[in-house]
Amino acid sequence: MDWQAFLLTIRLAVLVAAILVLIGLPIAYWITYSRWRWKFLAEAVVALPIVLPPTVVGFYVLVALGPHSPIGRWWEALTGHTLAFTFQGLVIGSLLYSLPFAVQPFAASFATVDPKLIAASATLGASKLRTFFRVILPLSASGLVTGVALSFAHTMGEFGVVLMVGGNIPGVTRTVSIDIYDQVQASNYSSANQTALVLLAISFVVLSAVYALNRRVWTVWPWK
Amino acid sequence: MRIVNCLANLALQTVLCSTFAWSQGITLAAAADLNAALFELAANYQKQTGKTANLAFGSSGNLFNQIQNGAPFDLFFSADEDYSKQLVTAGLAEPSSFYRYAVGRLVLWVPVSSPLDIEHAGMNALLEPSAKKIAIANPQHAPYGRAAVAALRHFGIYERVADRLVLGENVSQAAQFVESGNAQVGIVALSLALAPAMHGKGRYWEIPADAYPVLNQAVVILAHSAHKRDAAAFLECLKTPEAIAVLQRYGFVPEGKH
Repeated sequence: MDWQAFLLTIRLAVLVAAILVLIGLPIAYWITYSRWRWKFLAEAVVALPIVLPPTVVGFYVLVALGPHSPIGRWWEALTGHTLAFTFQGLVIGSLLYSLPFAVQPFAASFATVDPKLIAASATLGASKLRTFFRVILPLSASGLVTGVALSFAHTMGEFGVVLMVGGNIPGVTRTVSIDIYDQVQASNYSSANQTALVLLAISFVVLSAVYALNRRVWTVWPWK
Repeated sequence: MRIVNCLANLALQTVLCSTFAWSQGITLAAAADLNAALFELAANYQKQTGKTANLAFGSSGNLFNQIQNGAPFDLFFSADEDYSKQLVTAGLAEPSSFYRYAVGRLVLWVPVSSPLDIEHAGMNALLEPSAKKIAIANPQHAPYGRAAVAALRHFGIYERVADRLVLGENVSQAAQFVESGNAQVGIVALSLALAPAMHGKGRYWEIPADAYPVLNQAVVILAHSAHKRDAAAFLECLKTPEAIAVLQRYGFVPEGKH
């Protein structure tokens, strides 16, 4: 069992989910409340990674991060190395790939918040930021939990992008899904099976926890 | 309603046509190092017989694994003949069809503009600080990856470069890592360095053949093949002087002429 790959994957998924909260909330807020007539274009761009195969995302990320592209050259001048085959490279690829899985649940739950409450908050003199944190966000808690869980889970299970930009370096870019793939290719079925079972168990526990947290009845605390 | 009907018709036709095409031709599962050469050989076969040959590339270990699990291929070209032998032993390939078509060779490959002086420094070029990432195929299931690791050990530099190795899923991906500029140097198949797609893009230095175990490459007809006659015809094509010349052009030396 390759625990290193597990730790790496969990580190990647936690980091990506956390960053997606930071960048996903403003994007979702804008998508929900903007009245810009071309807004649908932005919505389509955010949803693109759901439709595009991971190979397309991986290919673009590999080329964009490589030394032939301006971004790649800029990063290399800044840090002395390119982003492909590094943990940061995986984070960037995963952020793109999991973005809609955070933004869409956020935006969907913002949209269910009663506009009268937002208007009331405004008439009572609260700023937009204060209204967001005191009214919109608490009422969207379930969407927030779902978005975080989905982006975490989606990054845990990511394969194609990692295969294309990772380079399979132990402890740096060899995630669990790549490890399982390698075990299967090398015909080590028993070891592939072990890793897969642990991954299955972790995923089940995480998802169960999310759905349990999201249960309506628990808005009344169960042990009180 | 008419649109729905039209779409349904179209879908049905697509399905029928594709099954038709599938049953027409043979499907070859081939090691990634044949990526360029086999297209040429398949085109020749098509010209001679009027039948199609579909190509599926991957690492030999990957394809071996798929065949063990019932992949519908007719022929299997392995960069490591052990995989072909194992299929024969397991009853998954025709023993009499076993044919060693070439010996694979390993090269250092860098982009044309690379500062690495592989022509003079040879393997020592890998120790240069500018060789930040070294691409090889995954030694777990790609024969060229195993050969690359063996060569690095032979020259006593494996430990010194191990943390700079990046693994391609097969030897083609390792070459692509270098071509896209994300790795500075790769240890790949000579056939890929000689492929038309790579022409003018890179320089190579051949790694001495005694530095790694011989990469005997062998093809077998699979026991589950539904087109054994056509597969055998392809094998016959492969044994003609023309085909051997094509393989040689891609750096696949015949057995014994190393």
